[in-house]
Amino acid sequence: MSESDTTKSTPAGKPAGTPKKGRTNPRKEKERRRFLRSVGLTAGVVGFSLAGLLPAMQRWQPRLRPPGALSAEQEFLASCIKCGQCVQVCPVYAIKLADLLDGAGNGAPYIDARMQACDFSCDGLQCVLACPTGALSHDTDFPHQVRIGYAELDRPDLCLARKGQGFQGKVRGPEFDGLFRYNEIDRWNPIPVRDRDFDLELCDLCVRHCPIEIRIAQCDAGNPPSGDVNQCPPKHALTIEEVEDASGKMVMSPVVQEGCVGCGACEMVCPTEPASIIVDMTKSADTV
Amino acid sequence: MKLFIEHLMQLLGRAPSRPSKEEISDAAKKIHFYKKKEKLDMEEARRLHEQHKSNKWRNRRWATLLAVNLLFVVSYWLDIQMLEGALTASRFLGFHMADLNSSLQVMLAFKQVLINLLIGVVTVLILWILLGGRTFCSWVCPYHLVAEWADMIHMKLVEKKIIKEHDFHRGVRTVFWVIFALLAVVTGYTVFETISPTGILSRALIYGPGLALVWVGAVLVFEILYSRRAWCRYVCPIGLTYGVVGLVSPLRVVYDLKECRHEGECRKVCEVPHVLEPVIKGRATDVTVPIGADCTRCGLCIDACPTSSLRYEFKGLNKFL
Repeated sequence: MSESDTTKSTPAGKPAGTPKKGRTNPRKEKERRRFLRSVGLTAGVVGFSLAGLLPAMQRWQPRLRPPGALSAEQEFLASCIKCGQCVQVCPVYAIKLADLLDGAGNGAPYIDARMQACDFSCDGLQCVLACPTGALSHDTDFPHQVRIGYAELDRPDLCLARKGQGFQGKVRGPEFDGLFRYNEIDRWNPIPVRDRDFDLELCDLCVRHCPIEIRIAQCDAGNPPSGDVNQCPPKHALTIEEVEDASGKMVMSPVVQEGCVGCGACEMVCPTEPASIIVDMTKSADTV
Repeated sequence: MKLFIEHLMQLLGRAPSRPSKEEISDAAKKIHFYKKKEKLDMEEARRLHEQHKSNKWRNRRWATLLAVNLLFVVSYWLDIQMLEGALTASRFLGFHMADLNSSLQVMLAFKQVLINLLIGVVTVLILWILLGGRTFCSWVCPYHLVAEWADMIHMKLVEKKIIKEHDFHRGVRTVFWVIFALLAVVTGYTVFETISPTGILSRALIYGPGLALVWVGAVLVFEILYSRRAWCRYVCPIGLTYGVVGLVSPLRVVYDLKECRHEGECRKVCEVPHVLEPVIKGRATDVTVPIGADCTRCGLCIDACPTSSLRYEFKGLNKFL
């Protein structure tokens, strides 16, 4: 869109500066200019749209996707219609929509587990049910079938349990806004994790908050979620076990098990800074 | 059929064709003949327009547009679940709705016909066939509203000769439609969705503003300073998609030749003035002429017309209206 009628002299040889009156610009010249402008417009808009694609294509900032998301990132981004219905139904507001430069696809949903993890407190995978396109696959019926990622003890050196330390006080401090549904406090409503005070001799917050472990415990007690035994996860996801650390010493440590779905609840509640345990989005229970 | 093809070609970007003598009905010819002698008294016309000034349809339309978009917002924020989602796809009282263009982009990028989506597509298709196709643009699309405001500034600047008007070839919108369809297939991304001001604004209203709004702002600045209503007229593939739907819609604007004084005020306020070609003296092929599919049914021309020569019509239901 560079041409401006006022800066160039006309084909008729009129000087610049008096372009408006008395110009006998042939129709063809006008058509030609309009054509060039149109080509410029096309190039500009298409160019910008492709530039807008770069952050997503180059994975500037890969993000966890909501439960049930098609495992191939490319397929997920293709099939997502960017409507945010998954955002609206989530009871803990775990799902956010990416912005233009976020690198997760403008308008596509993601989860920042450290800020707010999915704790499956809707029980029924509402986001999957809400998805109008199947970008969140309707083949996913139960939390234990979800494959968001795979937890990993990223900083064993920081982990309180491995240091033999306990935990007292509010998870992540009094300012933290993250929500979690504690069955024993309120079956139906998630509450801020800061509303709860813990006093643990050995920190096992990650295991206590693991939605898969919580479900297994409920099932073992004969109370499967919603009274449906299909809700019972077949495999453990996170346990505390005695392991040998790098120096050969025996320590208690969280151990990620093959039932991990990558929901990130452990990452959200981990009291160390940065979190000792995080979700690796490149892995899943199916790939490890 | 001829009219259908003419409307389709206009939609794709061809300039309206001048009707030949044989194409004009005898009744229309008669009126044209008598009108030839009449001279338009500009003073009289101006006086009529002053008297007539009305924003009836514009106000109704703005109210509707705001209501629809606010319904999205309050459904989420007050959790009343009336209209969930955004303009790209939503649930209205539980019924799936899916934007035709967004759905098409998704299916082209994903290379699968998504059955879930198809239900929403059919619902929306029926809705907009009944309501006029591009009616979506002027009565629902949030970008249309801000573009109208930008247009007011633009026209002021043109009037004061601060800026010059630049137009593009209307066919470029068809080119964009094809390019974005191809890009979806080739890249596997919904490329247009990334930059669509409709989607960006709808999501910004519901889920909060973001950086993507800067792009929408840039498009508006371009429209204010360079080319009137450029995005809607020359770029937006959504408009073309709904335009095609409008081809078969019974809801449209019709033009009545008899009382028209041909002063052309309607064409000045129209976003897509090529559809109003029949109102030019001597062009109407019949006494009443339906306006083409590219018309957004916005009603600005109806508001502007002092002789009621333009009106809405629901084909087949005229007796009841």
